[in-house]
Amino acid sequence: MIPLLSVSDISKHYGAHIGCSDVSFDLYPGEVMGIVGESGSGKSTLLNCLAGHLVPDAGTVVFDTRADGPRDTVSMSEPERRMLSRTDWAFVHQHARDGLRMGVSAGGNVGERLMAVGDRHYGDIRDKATDWLTRVEIDAARIDDRPTTFSGGMQQRLQIARNLVTGPRLVFMDEPTGGLDVSVQARLLDLLRGLVRDMGLSAIIVTHDLAVVRLLADRLMVMKSGRVVEAGLTDQVLDDPQHAYSQLLVSSVLQV
Amino acid sequence: MTDQAYNFAYLDEQTKRMIRRAILKGLAIPGYQVPFASREMPMPYGWGTGGVQVSAAVLTPDDRFKVIDQGADDTTNAVSIRSFFERTAGVATTTVTADASIIQTRHRIPEEPLTEGQVLVYQVPIPEPLRFLEPRESETRKMHALEEYGLMHVKLYEDIARHGHIATSYAYPVKVEGRYVMDPSPIPKFDNPKMGDMAAIQLFGAGREQRIYALPPYTQVISLDFEDHPFEASKANHACGLCGSEDSYLDEVIIDDAGGRMFVCSDTDYCEARQAAGHKGQDAA
Ligand SMILES: Nc1ncnc2c1ncn2[C@@H]1O[C@H](COP(=O)(O)OP(=O)(O)OP(=O)(O)O)[C@@H](O)[C@H]1O
Ligand SMILES: [Mg+2]
Ligand SMILES: [Zn+2]
Repeated sequence: MIPLLSVSDISKHYGAHIGCSDVSFDLYPGEVMGIVGESGSGKSTLLNCLAGHLVPDAGTVVFDTRADGPRDTVSMSEPERRMLSRTDWAFVHQHARDGLRMGVSAGGNVGERLMAVGDRHYGDIRDKATDWLTRVEIDAARIDDRPTTFSGGMQQRLQIARNLVTGPRLVFMDEPTGGLDVSVQARLLDLLRGLVRDMGLSAIIVTHDLAVVRLLADRLMVMKSGRVVEAGLTDQVLDDPQHAYSQLLVSSVLQV
Repeated sequence: MTDQAYNFAYLDEQTKRMIRRAILKGLAIPGYQVPFASREMPMPYGWGTGGVQVSAAVLTPDDRFKVIDQGADDTTNAVSIRSFFERTAGVATTTVTADASIIQTRHRIPEEPLTEGQVLVYQVPIPEPLRFLEPRESETRKMHALEEYGLMHVKLYEDIARHGHIATSYAYPVKVEGRYVMDPSPIPKFDNPKMGDMAAIQLFGAGREQRIYALPPYTQVISLDFEDHPFEASKANHACGLCGSEDSYLDEVIIDDAGGRMFVCSDTDYCEARQAAGHKGQDAA
């Protein structure tokens, strides 16, 4: 099987400062990769390099495109990369307001990607938006309300609906449950797990929270100071960490 | 008489050349917003300084100049721009659409079809059609460059969701030659179909925003819409009270203290010409 995403030697510096360094891994279709590590360890930097939001200093990110098979997204043209961003890729931000249009109704937020890829039938767009609101457990009657009137958990679910409506194959998530109440987090995690399974999604999830990766991730990478210090099956890493830093992390000393 | 304290048409020759270059670039890339270094004009922004600079750059001594504001030649704005060019360029002026070689307009396209050789200059307050939903200019520029126009339909979607139909009735967005999405300036959407395939040159000037864009003659201009909510060039469903026209864009005007109302052509030249030719509306004296 060809990896959906094949990452080789990705490095990104901020001036002399290391963002992330020499990261390599393969992600296969249907797999969920978790990335954990303390604050400042380079998780977001890595994720943004993979998703095309940051240009890495070195390395390749080869994505198995529908049309042309494996392509390096770092060196492809910006229009091609942006096209991937609104079709085959999705990005769920930690703060819903970074990933939503707060001045646009919930239906418009979900419909945007559909319209971006050429849907021009209002009734169809609305039906799909209604369907997706329901799937993320938002009352369809709220379709014309703006996200500013939604709770934090609802905003996050709306962001997920808006991202998944075009049936992406790879979802990037940066702390999708961060900043939410514990009970709200649990519900969101359940929802995410259901969607990932039902849609056979591949995903890369960055988080501080080991409970999140325990529930969602098949494999895990532990980062420290910009480098991956340990990688493996989630249960193996969590239950039998090899690297001293992973052991600290798992023993919850470093959990934030 | 030309006031000799000014260069012809107020602007110096170097500035006019700079503006003409922007216009030519705009004509070469229909619908693309060309930045230009807007100059201070002896009138406030919002009074059509973008249009005035474009007119100044294309005027020649042989031109006959017409200015309309919401269709009328006699509003303060129209009168002051007309007298500005009478004074600074000494050009002939007219109110008759067919006699004008250059027509500067705010908010309307004349009813009478324009012909080859004429130039229509629009005053534009906000040239960026995507601004409503995306305030970052770095991002809107990229969207234009990459033809990412989904957001434009989000605006129309919001309209339908809120009002049951596309309620946008002015500055209704268009797509030019299948490429650039363009703001037609705040003309009523009734005028949108006139922009397409027009024989005259159409130039758009935004002074405060420092942008010029253009449509060469016979350019394809299509109003955006949805399959199940097609574009409609709507107007008030009445005939003109003065000239009886059923095809022209109408303004509703109050005619007496008792709140009496009547619909009249917003294009005063068109209405007067019809009346002179003997057409009568039901409210005509
Ligand atoms: N824009 C930037 N400019 C300079 N340095 C940056 C920038 N963004 C991140 N860094 C630095 O790069 C390193 C990695 O940061 P990054 O945001 O990727 O960490 P993280 O693991 O996502 O942290 P957190 O868990 O707090 O979100 C940190 O030392 C950080 O200070
Ligand atoms: Mg981070
Ligand atoms: Zn009339």
